[in-house]
Amino acid sequence: MTQKIKWDYSPAPEGTDHILLKDKYDLFINGEFIPGKDGKYFDTINPATEKKIAKVAEAGKTDVDKAVRSARKAYENTWSKMPAKERGKYIFRIARLLQERAREFSVIETLDGGKPIRESRDVDIPLAAAHFFYHAGWADKLEYAFPGRSAKSLGVVGQIIPWNFPLLMAAWKIAPALATGNTVVLKPAETTPLTAMKLAEIIQEADLPPGVVNIVTGAGETGKQLVNHGDINKIAFTGSTDVGKYIMKSVAGSGKKYTLELGGKAANIIFEDAAIDQAVEGIVNSIFFNQGHVCCAGSRLYVQEGVADEVILKLRKRMDSLIVGDPLDKNTDIGAINSKMQLDKIKEYVKLGTDEGGTIFQPSCSLPKKGYWFAPTIFTDVSQSNRIVQEEIFGPVLAIQTFRTVDEVINKANNSPYGLSSGVWTDKGSKIFKVTQDIRAGVIWANTFNKFDPASPFGGYKESGVGSEGGIEGLSGYVNLV
Amino acid sequence: MALKHQRYSFPIDQINTQERVARLFSRSIKKESKIQALNLILNMIDLTTLEGKDSPGKVKQLCYKAAHLHDQYPGLPNVAAICVYPNMVPIAKKALSGTNIKIASVATAFPSGMTSLKAKLAEVKSVVKAGADEIDMVISRGKFLCGEYQYVSDEITKVKDACGKAHLKVILETGELVTLDNVRLASDIAMEAGADFIKTSTGKVSPAATPPVVLTMLEAIRDFQSKTGKKIGMKPAGGIGTAKQAIQYLVMIKETLGEDWLSPDLFRFGASSLANDVLMQIIKQSTGNYQSKDYFSID
Repeated sequence: MTQKIKWDYSPAPEGTDHILLKDKYDLFINGEFIPGKDGKYFDTINPATEKKIAKVAEAGKTDVDKAVRSARKAYENTWSKMPAKERGKYIFRIARLLQERAREFSVIETLDGGKPIRESRDVDIPLAAAHFFYHAGWADKLEYAFPGRSAKSLGVVGQIIPWNFPLLMAAWKIAPALATGNTVVLKPAETTPLTAMKLAEIIQEADLPPGVVNIVTGAGETGKQLVNHGDINKIAFTGSTDVGKYIMKSVAGSGKKYTLELGGKAANIIFEDAAIDQAVEGIVNSIFFNQGHVCCAGSRLYVQEGVADEVILKLRKRMDSLIVGDPLDKNTDIGAINSKMQLDKIKEYVKLGTDEGGTIFQPSCSLPKKGYWFAPTIFTDVSQSNRIVQEEIFGPVLAIQTFRTVDEVINKANNSPYGLSSGVWTDKGSKIFKVTQDIRAGVIWANTFNKFDPASPFGGYKESGVGSEGGIEGLSGYVNLV
Repeated sequence: MALKHQRYSFPIDQINTQERVARLFSRSIKKESKIQALNLILNMIDLTTLEGKDSPGKVKQLCYKAAHLHDQYPGLPNVAAICVYPNMVPIAKKALSGTNIKIASVATAFPSGMTSLKAKLAEVKSVVKAGADEIDMVISRGKFLCGEYQYVSDEITKVKDACGKAHLKVILETGELVTLDNVRLASDIAMEAGADFIKTSTGKVSPAATPPVVLTMLEAIRDFQSKTGKKIGMKPAGGIGTAKQAIQYLVMIKETLGEDWLSPDLFRFGASSLANDVLMQIIKQSTGNYQSKDYFSID
């Protein structure tokens, strides 16, 4: 009767004409934007187009030292002496300014990092604002966070953040440090420095006393200078386990405190009695969210035997409907891979998976010619001994295994050097309690995945890190309790 | 109902279903894709009047509207069908002769279904005889809720037999089933028992078609197809009054069932006021301006 209909969504790109970006970003030290001493700059590019967006100053030893000295001065003279209530007001102001300019920040985050605008708009930026709001509230209530004890600020905190959630990670780090009375030297990742520099503008606008927050851009070498600086009281780092180990060695014996939020290889477990369609959606959210550039991504999937075929079939069909492409398009589900380096790493692992005998599936989506792209990928026919099951890929690549009994899956889930997160899908409450108690992971989601809240602590077991961020536990990492 | 599988129906997680709906509904449908969608929606409407005060005159007017949605704007499609009470079928039959618009009639003691099976079957047969192309039956919610699934299933099968060549739409009345688990189970039972379409609501109970309910039913249809190869149609009814809502449902169909279902053969909107809002949007897309409601006939 009727002919077959083809209905594609027309492009719906978010506008970019409302954003203000400079061609050149300097270091943010003592409340001012100043060039680095060596006058060196590096380019930050849009990974979806490989086009240069701006050049950004590279901070050397002298610059880092200058930033730390300015933070120390601000700590001694202003920030540590200010009534806590006043500190809170500044943080509230940052939160409100961020909220007001959410649209601009979302677009810049997407341009600089390649993540879909849907995510930067609905997750990254609102959550970053929420972290400032939450911690602003704590500033004058620390005596309730730690009843019967007195929380003393540490001093100057060096913070190094990754490229997967650039602004959100800056908020995770800066907000609790300020709320507890510390001053900050922050180093954003070299591929995604722009929203941190825009945050510096907001910090200026909020009239935060000069030196309370300093932002030094650069790559690993800049980070090293910060970690090894003699006048830093704490290092807070989010990133790879290798760098985490280096930091732990470097600060050993120095008296510096540290929190490390490192890699992961989360087990996502689907039981036979789960709500299957919703669990399949949960798999998509757990591994393809932010192109899989998520330390807590559910990259190891365990499906109970009885429903394995059905789950994998449904997952494949669902993957066919994922829209991969222009991150600025409001309908895009999966954006660009953050950098060439990361893309190469993902390709290497996928080749390894195939070479090791895994069965690969990718949907038939077309990828743009220019830029860094990788189709969502799943592997079946793999085992605990495969490297793609053991090692963190940090991309949209899922390794699927089946299991028969609860004990078996708990053993397999724990059989990893990591222990950051995990997911459990079942309609049965008692099973949730049993499994979540036995799995060694810092965060375990039941019938959901990748949900974050500033009040909920986030941190890992084993090689996934030391200490927590968020909630009262996160605050405790920024104070000495006496 | 034979228990072929260890578990007949999947449990449905309400929170995650709502989340999935929110994500589907955040799709941005603009330009060409919007115009295409609006035309498609018109062609999927079951233009409906189901009131005790319906008159032959009103039904005739509705039938004229069904074939002449907005003659000032040529090239518009017809609606798929009109949907009326049984005693209005002969009037509609006459009014729609010469068009390809189908006549759907509610039956089986609509909307409550609270009568004997014998009376229901007699009603269905007489309506089909009077010329209805499609029968919209209601399930026995009382029997379903007290766990007599076999009764519900048998009743549907018998009504299907009584339909003969007429298509059978099975109304689950999801507003009375309360949980999504029940919606899923009722969908599975109706499809196994022989439904050609499954339909959310009578429009007489609130809530009528809600997005999580529609998604749950679409997922049931998808699973039924992958199990049996049969394509079952879907009809949300009640509470869909705007083009925006209707477009969101098209997104839901496309991403759950695929484009095969983007056809009046497999998807219908049961609605009385939707057509005019869609027309208004179509005119807006072509002229750039919204016209007053008074430019669109209210039949």
